[in-house]
Amino acid sequence: MAVRAGRALPFPARIARSEAALPLGLLAPTIVFLTLLILIPVAQAILLSFQAVPGTLGFEAYRRMVTDVAFADSLRNTLLLLILVVPVQLVLALAMALLIHSRFPGHGVFLYIFALPLAISDLAAGIVWLSIFADTGYLNSALNGLGLTTDPINFLSYENLHLLLGTVIVAESWRATAIVLVILLAGLQLIPREYFEAADLFGASRFKRTMLIVLPMLRPSLQSALIIRTIFAFQTFAVVLALAGRQLPVLSYQAYDWYYNNRNEFIAAAFAALILLMTMTVVFFYLRLLRVKDAEIQR
Amino acid sequence: MRYLRAPAVFALALGLVASACGGGPTTTPTTSPGATGAVVSSEPFVMLSTQLNTVTESEAFRAQILSGFTAAKVEFRGETAGPFVDRIVAESRAGKGTVGVIGGLHGDFGAIDLNLFEDLTPLATKLKDRGFPAEFMELGKLGTTRQIYIPWMQATYILGVNKQALQYLPSGASVDNMTYQQLTQWCKNISDQTGRKRCGLPAGPMSLLHRLIQGYMYPAYTGGLVSTYKSAEAATLWRDLKDLWQYTNPQSLQIDFMQESMLSGEVWVGFDHVARLVKAFEGKPNDFVAAPAPKGPKGLYYMSVLAGLGIPKSTPNKTGAEAFIDYMTTTAVQGKTLSTVAFFPVLTQALPADVPAHLKAIADGVQKQAKHADAKVALLPIGLGAKGGEFNKVQLDTFQRIVIRNEDIQRVLNEQATILQAVMNDTKAPCWRPDPPSTGACQVK
Repeated sequence: MAVRAGRALPFPARIARSEAALPLGLLAPTIVFLTLLILIPVAQAILLSFQAVPGTLGFEAYRRMVTDVAFADSLRNTLLLLILVVPVQLVLALAMALLIHSRFPGHGVFLYIFALPLAISDLAAGIVWLSIFADTGYLNSALNGLGLTTDPINFLSYENLHLLLGTVIVAESWRATAIVLVILLAGLQLIPREYFEAADLFGASRFKRTMLIVLPMLRPSLQSALIIRTIFAFQTFAVVLALAGRQLPVLSYQAYDWYYNNRNEFIAAAFAALILLMTMTVVFFYLRLLRVKDAEIQR
Repeated sequence: MRYLRAPAVFALALGLVASACGGGPTTTPTTSPGATGAVVSSEPFVMLSTQLNTVTESEAFRAQILSGFTAAKVEFRGETAGPFVDRIVAESRAGKGTVGVIGGLHGDFGAIDLNLFEDLTPLATKLKDRGFPAEFMELGKLGTTRQIYIPWMQATYILGVNKQALQYLPSGASVDNMTYQQLTQWCKNISDQTGRKRCGLPAGPMSLLHRLIQGYMYPAYTGGLVSTYKSAEAATLWRDLKDLWQYTNPQSLQIDFMQESMLSGEVWVGFDHVARLVKAFEGKPNDFVAAPAPKGPKGLYYMSVLAGLGIPKSTPNKTGAEAFIDYMTTTAVQGKTLSTVAFFPVLTQALPADVPAHLKAIADGVQKQAKHADAKVALLPIGLGAKGGEFNKVQLDTFQRIVIRNEDIQRVLNEQATILQAVMNDTKAPCWRPDPPSTGACQVK
């Protein structure tokens, strides 16, 4: 509605002004919340990372961070987990979402089963998988019971890092695929039914419907899911800690270790700042690559 | 309805994740005469402790020991070192506290500004005839003229040995009088003859591996710790430790508490803190014997772990806290502490007669260690304050680089010694036993 403000129209003008203020008013609580609980602490943490030498600002904390014994390994492991876990989860979640969306009989039950890991804390999930992969765990007991092995397979040893990484990927995928599923499913449900009806009318196959309607229409949801999952992947902590201990260092564990065990908040802040920087870089690329043009939304 | 389902599941999940926070019961403060005669307030308070912070220990402590103290309601909270310090400092800055009593190791107290603690000298005078060793009371002053803590309980580290392992002892070696090389030979024999590596070192993320290096191996090989960090003797130590590691169960890197691996049979010979061995002895009392730590060229060094009780100035109930410390250091409660959580009394009297058999077995090992002809005491690091963690990290990183990653020993020692010296210079901590006394910061030679 277009309102032309003018001296002769004091009343509609006031409405126009209040309408202009409305979005700001609605945004205000979020802005206050983000400022108090996110922006200020982030700024403080970044400042802290430059204050390792008392009374001066400098890069001492960063110097000690990159010379830390576990730095290179933790950086590599974090990136590896990101590269390996996120695509697996995306594909799994998309398959699960499409399965549920097809509304076969009993699909509701699957939704609840798939979403169950959402209700389990990271550490609990890690411990559950530890009880599966440990030397005397369920998997080894089962293999032994089936007569496939005589001695337990050491899944969680630094001597076999690929296996160790594999267990972490399995556990992480199990734990965090559900959040991607929920986002994608919500996105699927928002696709207007008319498109599918039109596709049916033209005799489109199921595959064509998925490629030409579902995936393009799902792009905003895919973008949100990818961003959220990537942020989580950079923060992966408890599952790795439970399964691998210090053998598979990741960046967030280093931040924790420097803060709680080594009592050096400056180096911990430097690690946190690095995680933030990497997260922001990757999110920026997602936003560029999966950009949703206004025209596409209005289509 | 269909459109609502996904968000509904999400909300349900979030609801399940969120935990309810509720306030504890409140009691009206009253006053009553306490054990020491002074009027004791019944204002409830929290006991914050870095010790007994595992669930089973905390529960046992609450049920068996806290329940006997009736003057005020005490809530026990176990914490790890980081949040422990943060909470005490935060309460002190806020000027209002809920923590009435602090339980921690000697080093935990050293990690906090000592001005935040009440001077317990009057209480120490009152408790004089309890029989605390003078050495412990002196440690409780942390180098000041004020009594920062009253000794609470003590522990040490020993070898837990499954009796099945004894048949593989190298000839001429005795389990009660063994060198580090003989231990390696023993582990090699076990590995060769049973096909499994059954010696264990606690090297998990929450383990106490650094104590084995600081209080046992370094002193036993070099006669010091900081001053001898990169010496030729230290290089020998690391070579021997690398040898030992070849015959050590690779799961060791996840072992935080040796008792679980010993009970499951994965480990036959394991070194750890007595409180982290006790469950093995309790679970299968006939399977295990306790033995002293091995000795090195400079003798059998062992670490005495002393825990104390202190009162922060922000305590909500000072008289109650004093009455509580009084209660905790009575002979009866000290005996009960041993049988409940396997920490040994700090009083010089004999063990109570009703101590369970598995604890007697451990106490045997502890005594054999203390009474060994070559036995000498090493102390936990002193004066490092908040840098205690970085100090431990030096030894853990050295272990990681030399033993796990096979880096050149002398080069690693030189590099880590530089970091160690920086920690010492930052804290200006003088040397502690077994390093020779120093004026100013302890120096790596």
